[in-house]
Amino acid sequence: MPRVGVYVCHCGKNIAGVLDVKRIVREVAKEEDVVVCKDYPFMCSSEGQRLIAEDIRRHNLDRIVVAACSPRTHEPIFQEALKRAGLSPFFLEMANIRDQCSWVHEHEKELATDKAIRLVKAAVAKARLLEEIRVEKISVKQSVLVIGGGVAGITAALDVAKAGFKVYLVEKNSSIGGHMAQLDKTFPTLDCSICILGPLMVEVATHPNITLLTYSEVIEVEGYVGNFKVKILKKARKVDETKCTGCLLCMEKCPTRVPSEFDRGLGERKSIYVPFPQAVPRVPVIDTEHCLYFTKGVCRLCEKICPVKAINYEQEDEIIEIEVGAIIVATGYEEYDPRKVPEYGYGMFTEVITGLQLERLASSFGPTRGKILVPGKNKEPQRVAILACTGSRDEKNLPYCCRVGCMNALKHAWYIKHSIPGATIYVIAPDVRSFGKGYEEFYRRIRSEGVILIKGRASEVHRSPEGCLGVYVYDPSLDEVLVLKVDLVVLEMGLVPNPASEKIRDVLKLSKSTDGFFLEVHPKLRPVETSIEGVFICGCAQSPKDIPDTVAQASSAAMKAVELLAKGYVESVPYVVSVDEETCSGCGICVSVCEFNAIEIVEKNDRRVAKVNTALCKGCGSCAAACPSGAIEQAHFTREQVLAMIKALAR
Amino acid sequence: MKPKILVLTCTYCSYAGADMAGVSKIQYPPSAYIVRLICSGREEALFALEALREGFDGVLFTGCHIPYDCHFISGNFKARARVALLKKLLSQLGIEDSRVRLEWISASEGDKFAKVVFEFTRELEEMGSLPKFRKISELGVEEHD
Ligand SMILES: Cc1cc2nc3c(=O)[nH]c(=O)nc-3n(C[C@H](O)[C@H](O)[C@H](O)COP(=O)(O)OP(=O)(O)OC[C@H]3O[C@@H](n4cnc5c(N)ncnc54)[C@H](O)[C@@H]3O)c2cc1C
Repeated sequence: MPRVGVYVCHCGKNIAGVLDVKRIVREVAKEEDVVVCKDYPFMCSSEGQRLIAEDIRRHNLDRIVVAACSPRTHEPIFQEALKRAGLSPFFLEMANIRDQCSWVHEHEKELATDKAIRLVKAAVAKARLLEEIRVEKISVKQSVLVIGGGVAGITAALDVAKAGFKVYLVEKNSSIGGHMAQLDKTFPTLDCSICILGPLMVEVATHPNITLLTYSEVIEVEGYVGNFKVKILKKARKVDETKCTGCLLCMEKCPTRVPSEFDRGLGERKSIYVPFPQAVPRVPVIDTEHCLYFTKGVCRLCEKICPVKAINYEQEDEIIEIEVGAIIVATGYEEYDPRKVPEYGYGMFTEVITGLQLERLASSFGPTRGKILVPGKNKEPQRVAILACTGSRDEKNLPYCCRVGCMNALKHAWYIKHSIPGATIYVIAPDVRSFGKGYEEFYRRIRSEGVILIKGRASEVHRSPEGCLGVYVYDPSLDEVLVLKVDLVVLEMGLVPNPASEKIRDVLKLSKSTDGFFLEVHPKLRPVETSIEGVFICGCAQSPKDIPDTVAQASSAAMKAVELLAKGYVESVPYVVSVDEETCSGCGICVSVCEFNAIEIVEKNDRRVAKVNTALCKGCGSCAAACPSGAIEQAHFTREQVLAMIKALAR
Repeated sequence: MKPKILVLTCTYCSYAGADMAGVSKIQYPPSAYIVRLICSGREEALFALEALREGFDGVLFTGCHIPYDCHFISGNFKARARVALLKKLLSQLGIEDSRVRLEWISASEGDKFAKVVFEFTRELEEMGSLPKFRKISELGVEEHD
């Protein structure tokens, strides 16, 4: 006979404030095989855990039910407690009477208590039937894959590499750096962005533990925590990386001109190019869509000029296969499409630009060599309107805050003030959120420099009869609609996940939050972990954030990966399936539903029966549900166990 | 008494979605009972039939959004196929096939979880309670052999 101990947690008032805990204990104590039934203010506290351990010894308990919060967060904690008391961790069953009961039925205390009693009884019913499960220790591959080479990916890669582990850094563009490489200066300190990022980029390229794969994409991931098999598509650069010295003569000679993505369409590049002078690696790529040789079969100037014969038009895409223990996703963000806020005239008036475009105009290696000129007019603007919060905090567009727009608006006001001292600058913002370290001070500084701040949101941007632009904005302090005559409008766009992250989401099966960014396991306590064990997220891939937060989170993700690698092993999937050969008819339906090739039909004593390879089984249980003769059982989720729960809930 | 609903969930999406309803304190009727499985592919038709027999008024199958969210590649498609067959079986048995329902609920959709429970509860209320299942012997029908 099993000996079950039941522990009902108050979770302070979270549970006990709604549910009648004493009634639960009284009712559940009557259940068959329940030897001990107690309540306690905080079961997960060390006292609470000790209580369980003591009872296990004193009452010879061999099955434990904890009625508390979600097993998603707390099962590992109580499993450890069982282990410490010498009991198999799989003799634990949790009843979620908080997240799925007290919190969601706050106003129906009686009914909620009735429900909780059934939930706990169902857990007891299952616990009575729990069986021992053996898990194996599987070694963890001593390397990490980092996806995305922005400041988040760069930081994470360096941290892991410095801890002594091998890193593969995969970046889809031809250079690492991400958006930070495009910025001129960074708030609130106004350091030169590439001056602080550049050295880190070089360190990545030269660190012996890092293999840098640029112009590459992750196309397939198999396996599980500790042992991921990854396929990477390394696109053909048409330039031999091993020969190229980065002299860039080819780029000089190339006769074509194409709008530069790096300069956000404001400047031009060649068909063979590095996106910016500090690019890492400093190896150009050929854009085959625009190259004269690839489009018309003529030219080949770059091939002729290259002193080391690094140009290779025949070079083909390569598939690289690697094995890693952990994966860090740092795919970053993109600006929200300004055309989706059509009232501000982006795309209609060349004088309307986005924040990132202004960064390129202000940058000394940008299209205007750092001179802020109105696109299409090539004149310095004398009057500028900066619209913070464009597309953000707006139910029609992005409901959330981009966390950088306010500070960008202030920084951009500073750019203009300092390059065109006489300019009139309006910053239009619903409110200025200067929440970070040194941000409020930065705000005061900009205010004191004569920038005009208007509280509100612009309603429209028009071409005014004088030829300049008119920005319409309601000023609540004057109770008046102002029409600001300006030469340049800067839109501080909201941030959205990088569109290329969608592929990574498919490949890794990551969940996303309602805002589209990758979802963490817990917003406060496990901010870089995902529901896929061994896969971590950081930077703007997780949510919009500034550089300080991005870097802090990247180090945190690196730490989590290092923790896993340093421990050296993970445990095998416990909830695998097994076949009862007596009842198996060898029909093979299980084989057809298994996505992981974990089942095969074999001959045994002249009969055809299904055989499970537990090393491949992921424990989804699909075959158990599909088996027409009920011959397959999934450990910890057996038919008998589930039906016992359903019966108990129905009572 | 509100109609009693059995909710079968997977661990990664819909169970987490139900937790999210909790964390966000989104209220729904206390007559919905969750049984967690690992994947919607494990959500067996038998569980629903037994639940209806034992006195549940409806069964909600849930899983990760199709096509790509399932952590086990295609458990959600299997659940979908199974629910379609189960609905046929129920109508053949003379039971409203809308007593079983299938919904995709992601880990962040706490509001959707609550909304679905509300909707399903209302529908089941309109349907009224399920007549008790009886054994053939209890029906007084002569059995042939
Ligand atoms: C106009 C503007 C100005 C800003 N100014 C400041 C400032 O002054 N100070 C400050 O603190 N913050 C500032 N920020 C915020 C700052 O840009 C971000 O905090 C930072 O760049 C985030 O870094 P990240 O690595 O997470 O993302 P990103 O910089 O977006 O890098 C992501 C990288 O991942 C790559 N990638 C994406 N998908 C894939 C894929 N599938 N495979 C491979 N690679 C992929 C991308 O190509 C990119 O290189 C500003 C933002 C904007 C929009």
